[in-house]
This record gives sequence, structure tokens and C-alpha cells, in this order.
Amino acid sequence: MAIIEQKTIPLNGDEAVAYAVKQSDVDVVAAYPITPQTIIVERFSEYVANGEVDTEFVCVESEHSALAASLTASLTGARAFTATASAGLALMHEMVYVTAGCRAPVVMAVTNRALSAPINIHCDHSDVMAERDSGWIQLWAENAQEVYDSIIQAFRIAEHPDLMTPVMVNLDGFFLSHTLENVQVLPDNVVRKFVGIRQYPLVSDTQGKKVPFKLDPDFPLTMGPLDLPDYYFEHKRQQEEAMHIAPKIIKQVHDEYAKLSGRSYGNGFVDAYNVDDAEIVTVCLGSTAGTTKTVVDQLRSKGIKAGVLRVRTLRPLPVEDIMRALENKKAVAVLDRSNSVGGQGGPFFHEIRHVLYGAQSHPPIVDYVYGLGGRDMPPALIQNIYKDLEEIAKTGKVKNLVQFAGVRE
Amino acid sequence: MPQFQEIRWHGRGGQGAWTAGELVAKAAIDEGKYVQSFPEFGPERMGAPIAAYTRISDRPINLHCAVYNPHIVVVLDPTLLKSVKVNAGLSDDGILIVNTRESPSELRQRFGSPKYQVWALPATDIAIKTLNAPITNTAMVGATIRAAEPVKLESVEKVVRERFRQDLAEKNIAVIKEAYKEAKGE
Repeated sequence: MAIIEQKTIPLNGDEAVAYAVKQSDVDVVAAYPITPQTIIVERFSEYVANGEVDTEFVCVESEHSALAASLTASLTGARAFTATASAGLALMHEMVYVTAGCRAPVVMAVTNRALSAPINIHCDHSDVMAERDSGWIQLWAENAQEVYDSIIQAFRIAEHPDLMTPVMVNLDGFFLSHTLENVQVLPDNVVRKFVGIRQYPLVSDTQGKKVPFKLDPDFPLTMGPLDLPDYYFEHKRQQEEAMHIAPKIIKQVHDEYAKLSGRSYGNGFVDAYNVDDAEIVTVCLGSTAGTTKTVVDQLRSKGIKAGVLRVRTLRPLPVEDIMRALENKKAVAVLDRSNSVGGQGGPFFHEIRHVLYGAQSHPPIVDYVYGLGGRDMPPALIQNIYKDLEEIAKTGKVKNLVQFAGVRE
Repeated sequence: MPQFQEIRWHGRGGQGAWTAGELVAKAAIDEGKYVQSFPEFGPERMGAPIAAYTRISDRPINLHCAVYNPHIVVVLDPTLLKSVKVNAGLSDDGILIVNTRESPSELRQRFGSPKYQVWALPATDIAIKTLNAPITNTAMVGATIRAAEPVKLESVEKVVRERFRQDLAEKNIAVIKEAYKEAKGE
């Protein structure tokens, strides 16, 4: 299949979300605006007002309701989308678990922002880390282009009848949401065909007849009933099973999209930049990977064997990919844009360090908590981290397991 | 022209500094370049000093952080010179472009005869004459193109026509052209 001709338009990350949702033939969008996600809701409501989409747009009174409405729409068989950030995601928390447990393939954009207090509207990953164990697939974007591409892929992944698992697409607040960049967009009809018409797995109704898994008066089903010690555990186990088949589907969708658009993101799970022959490697999520790649270029020009591993799917966690990429390195630093207070490092550090426990060899690994509440992560700070890694690689000794990069001490 | 340029726009909330950056960024995309354009992140309040940033490059831009050492600094409002250190981080081979009635040599003295180029334009006068309002962003875009040519004049004209309704677009294009002609630097 030849790569489709595309136009390049200026979009910020939030606009890239709205544009992708517009093209993805979404039936229901229920959302409540919150900085820095607001532009998504503004742009999408303009599309609705202008008649550019035939989506039912529901202005709800809170984020809890936004996800409740998206979830229930999804259960009736609709394609549903919502978006939020920070306190909005925290208010959704209950419904985040309900959506995953009901196996409703909702797609949600999370424009990552710090949690209060102190109140702060800027980027960090505290909001979404609180939802890490909820049962959603998590994609993380590095730039506005990847935001656009990932939203389109997310519908295909979530709604796959073997998977039926909601997907959230994370984009860094302001660094991506409010930064206008070049974005190549596919023609409307191409996206519509790629996303396709939602398919449903067949389940047995009370009479033993096979019916599509959606709420339909012609084929009555019960969804979300009380599930006591007799079955709850089995249903939670099934969610884990779905996560085990998710990589196959994520890869298939990523590769098919790459053939269409000419764009791929590593192997779909991790994006390894100069990692193969690297001696010192940082591991990160989101837009910081871009700045880090620039630093890696500078270091490589000086002959320093540096690399950066960006994790694109935090759930399901690509354990094998991370292990293979890191196990033979001389020193590894995790860059964590959130902290687990009192937990010896941030949640992302815990993930990466946990993966390495099963590795053949164990490189020294350290954590740098950075950028909380939107504190900038400039190249100079990242250069210092690589300097520390060079020292660790040389001595094999870790002086400080967890540090805070860019904070006033 | 260098392969990679960073521009910082200084204005007050409501004066259109972010829009100035976007006009230049969109024109650069039309010229086949790669861009980023973003406001100084945070809540914008009418009248408060704000900054906006534009990156233009011949290659894809990976950086996702603030601009620290801009090549070009543009000041939309002369009153900012008293309260904001507008030349912060400006490199010696950079360009400072200010909305002012002062001459470039007076402006140079004010900044302690720096190595970077200094350009001056009475943008408020030009804006009031043609737009009937002290909205100086398009005038300062014209001066910026004259001083540093991050994009071509025609490219910005096209973007202005796409963005504004017809009568407003033509007025703003007239402002850009006059600013381009009147900007003076040394």
C-alpha cells in the first residue's frame, strides 16, 4: 500500500486531538473543559456548531458525569470520546475503573497537568499516574503529530472485539497542548475507513443465543451488575488477559497506520533513540523525550555513547522491550515527571526498576524527579544527568538513588 | 539565514503577541519549514506583560522546552522597556526589534551599545493611523521580516488573508508593508 498524500497544517496538541476526533466518526463526545485540555472541547464544539460532524456533544456538569456519559454511550454500542486533565481526571477516578471494568472501549485524551495543592495548572504526570492501575491502555505522545496519530489508532485498539478495553492518550499540558507545530493530516475519508465501523464481540444472552455485546432493546443484556466474591475475581482476571493480547493489536494497528501515513513510533511500544550501542541511557515519557534526543545528538557529536528510551505504552508495560534495551547498559537514569511521595522515587522509576529485576544483568539505575508543576526541563539539566551517568558508568557506584532535577534546595 | 531561529515576542495580554508568533509560524509552514509557536504558559490577563515564542527550522524540531537564548526579540509595547528585561538571553549576533518613537541610535544607547542589532519602528502610530487601534502585532511582524526575514513578506500576507476577514486583512497587510518600509536598524 502506498503512503497517502497528506497536507501539513499548523495545530497545537489539543487541536490535533480535536481534529483526529472529528475525522474518526465519533458518535458521542461528553466533556467538561479544564485547563490545559480546554482547547479540545472548544474546537470540538465548534465542529459540532458548524455542522462538520454529526456527533452528539453532551455538555455535562462535571468530569465524573463526562466519563459516565461516555461510558454509557459506549455500552449502547456508540463510539465515545472524552478528554480531561488534572483535577478533572481525579474527579473521574471512580468512573475510570468502572469504564475499564465494563469493558467499554472509550477513548480519552488526558492533557497532563499537576494535581493540587498548591493549585497549579501546568504540566506533570501526577494526574495520570493515579490511574495507572485502572485497566486502561495508556499511549503517550512526544509531539503534536503523534497526538493526532495516536488518537486515530486509539479507537481501533480500544474497540477491537478481542480487546474491548478503553484507551487514554496522554499529552503534556502546555508543552504539547498549547504548542503549535507542523502536523500532517490524512484525508477525512482515509481516517474514516481506517477507524472503520465499530464491531462487537458476540456474547450469550439469557437464552443462550449469541448477541452483539451492546445495550439493545432487541437483544436485552445486563451490564455492570453486582458482582460478589463468586465472580468479581474472574472478571478482573479477564481484564488482565485482555492486556496480554493488547500488544498484538497495538502493534497491528501501529504498523497498518505506518503503511498508510509513513509514520511510526519505534516499534509501537518503545521509541529507542541511539540506544543499541549506547553505554548510558535515560528513560522517559512524553515531550521531554524530544529535548533529550537533542541532548543525545550533542553528546554523540562529542563521541559520548548516549541514548534515550521513550516508553510509548505505559500500559500494557512493554516489559521485554524495556529489559532488552537496558539490561546491558553501563548506567540508566529514569526521568520521572511525578513523584511517589515517600515511595523512594517516582512511579515511572518503580516501573522501570521492576522490569530490570528480571533482566540477565543489572545496570546501576537512578531516578530524577523533574518538572513538577510545569517546571521546565531545559537541555542543560538533561546534560547534567548524562554527566552523572558517565560518572556512575565509570565507578559503578550510585551515590544518590533518587534526585530532584531543577528544584531549589 | 540560519537553519534554526528562535523568536521571543514581548507584549501585554490582549495585544496579540501570540498571534504575531502564529502568523510567522504559519507562514513558515507554508514555506516548507518546521515550526513551534507557543505562549508563555499560564493564565493570560489583559494588560499584564506576557511573552510568546516561535521556533523556525529547516529540520523537524525535537525540543520541547522554553526558549532561553532567542536570536530575535520583538517588543510590541514600548512601556515594557521599563518593567521587563527584554534583552535577557539575547545573543550577540541577535536582533532586537522595538516598537518605539526613538531612533535606532537612541535605542542602542538605552541598551548600553550592545553587539546585537537594534531596530526601531513607531508601530503604535502606524497601527492607529490604519487600524484605528493601538494593536501593534502585525506592524511588528512587518518590522521583524525587514530586520531578520524569518519568512517572506508574501507568505505572511497569505496567512493574514486566511486569518482575518477581508477588510481587516487588507488593512493589516497595509500595516505590515508600511512597517516593513519604515523599520530602521543599526
